[in-house]
Amino acid sequence: MRYQKSSLNDYSGVMVFAEQKMGEIHPVSYEMLGKGRELADCLGVQLSSVLLGSRMEKKAQELIYYGADDVFWYDHTVFDELDLLNYKHNIVRLVREVKPEIFLLGATRWGRSLGPRIAVALNTGLTADCTDLEIDQDGNLIQIRPAFSGNVLAHIKTKARPQMATVRYKVMRCLSRDVGRRGEIIRREAELVPSLLTVSQKERPSEVNIAEAEVIVSGGAGLRKAADFSLLADLAELLGGVTGSSRLPVDNGWIGREHQVGFSGHTVKPKIYIACGISGSPQHLAGMRQSDVIIAVNSDPSAPIFKVADYGIVGDLYEVIPKLIAKIKTRRQNS
Amino acid sequence: MRTIVPIKQVPDMRQVRFDTEKGVVDRSSADAEINPFDLNALEAAVQIRKSLGGTVTAISMGPRQAESTLRDALARGADSAILLADEAFAGADTLATSYTLAYAIKKLGDFDLIVCGEKTVDGDTGQVGPELAEHLGIPHMAYVSKIEKVGEKLEVVRDMEGEFYTVESGFPVLITVTKDVNTPRLPTFRDKVNARKAKVEIWNAKDLSSVADAGRFGAAGSPTRVHRVIIPSEEGRKGQVFRDTGDKTINELVTTILQCLGGT
Repeated sequence: MRYQKSSLNDYSGVMVFAEQKMGEIHPVSYEMLGKGRELADCLGVQLSSVLLGSRMEKKAQELIYYGADDVFWYDHTVFDELDLLNYKHNIVRLVREVKPEIFLLGATRWGRSLGPRIAVALNTGLTADCTDLEIDQDGNLIQIRPAFSGNVLAHIKTKARPQMATVRYKVMRCLSRDVGRRGEIIRREAELVPSLLTVSQKERPSEVNIAEAEVIVSGGAGLRKAADFSLLADLAELLGGVTGSSRLPVDNGWIGREHQVGFSGHTVKPKIYIACGISGSPQHLAGMRQSDVIIAVNSDPSAPIFKVADYGIVGDLYEVIPKLIAKIKTRRQNS
Repeated sequence: MRTIVPIKQVPDMRQVRFDTEKGVVDRSSADAEINPFDLNALEAAVQIRKSLGGTVTAISMGPRQAESTLRDALARGADSAILLADEAFAGADTLATSYTLAYAIKKLGDFDLIVCGEKTVDGDTGQVGPELAEHLGIPHMAYVSKIEKVGEKLEVVRDMEGEFYTVESGFPVLITVTKDVNTPRLPTFRDKVNARKAKVEIWNAKDLSSVADAGRFGAAGSPTRVHRVIIPSEEGRKGQVFRDTGDKTINELVTTILQCLGGT
């Protein structure tokens, strides 16, 4: 396959896929618009967004308030479900027509399911789960992403167009909402294709949304039994947070997999991550190393978790956690 | 049910060394193994064969040494194994990898189901499955945490970040499975011995060139290129370690915690 320089020049602008579920825009979309604005300004081009879903006019306007110059809106109920092939078909048609040089999707499970199909249909590259994006001196996109369970940061460039990437949630910063910002909402007619997949049921059984939590108190191999998670839950509750877990307690059946932090669980970025009795395997660190502040409690001073911690306490979690709980309670009573 | 399971040989991540100063990933120190997520894919395929009959074919693209990984797949229940090995396949990104796998699968003939792991531990993109489905022009269902029914149709539960969707599809279809879908079996000694004697078919670029465009294999067919690798050190962390659990330590920590949360 050959990529002619001249045909690359036909492509201009940055386009962001605005992900919506049940009429709500996923916040990663606003974050991508923040970064997209920066990239578009650096290149001196337009920032557009594509939104698919019925009755979303107000949300289309929001995308403009958060940085988009124009929004392509497909007002059709087929997009109210995660209708993979209809999403793909219509986005591919739009990209072929508008020819953006950069196309971004959120690295959510939906984005990571849809993005690869769009990339193949457009015969271009796709860089997964980027944590930063830059423009090089030739105007190419540098896509920065963790690899090898987060041990390595790779800088990747794409010689085809559009340069496509999925972007990790909670890493890029969105612009502040500006209702004075002007932009155009461009309505587009959906062209429908057979869905082939039927969604019969949706469920949200777990109330835990660990990816959104501001405080996570996690337990690992240092816990003696399942019931001891209640100790961590007490501390988490006091701080308005949730409990997390490394892999072992989950495999033991002590706590649900929705609590698992790490490579095969969730990637989290809370304000405070308190790791209790977690040694810190590379797989666990991959899921929590981006936390704002990391506190580690472990009785083994050589535990790798201490290498990534801002604050480490060499000690028994069964002694330290109750003391922390008691102290926080007294401090709050006195204030 | 004719099922295909694409698998990848990866380094044992516990043994890979990262040189922060030189920016080098040293895979040589690590043993090669089957991508752990692919074990769940293989197990799912074997279980489906058990209930419906049919065949399970494992397919991998990689160097000749990846033959050992395919033998492992045979020991774990695959009926046949194909290795796509050629210098021309080297340096492939996900687009070229999925293209090559797609044409190998087309060459194999009719199939009903493709089962992939949700991602690999080294590349960590999760893209090859959905990309493969697009090349083949079939639908896919990613992040399947439960297989509800297989028969005339396939009904699965998809785990979409805590929201669970029950989705139904006809055949052919591709699914990618999470670790929740099953617990992979361990091969018995006899399985391993038998797998050692089994045949792993090896296909090179020429074997595929009658159906595929050889210009789309490997590095030549890969639009993305890694132009730099940085191994971050944990700089920027305070790294303050308390070796006691006395009142002063606890007090200091609580102050830090409360400050982070904005007072109270």
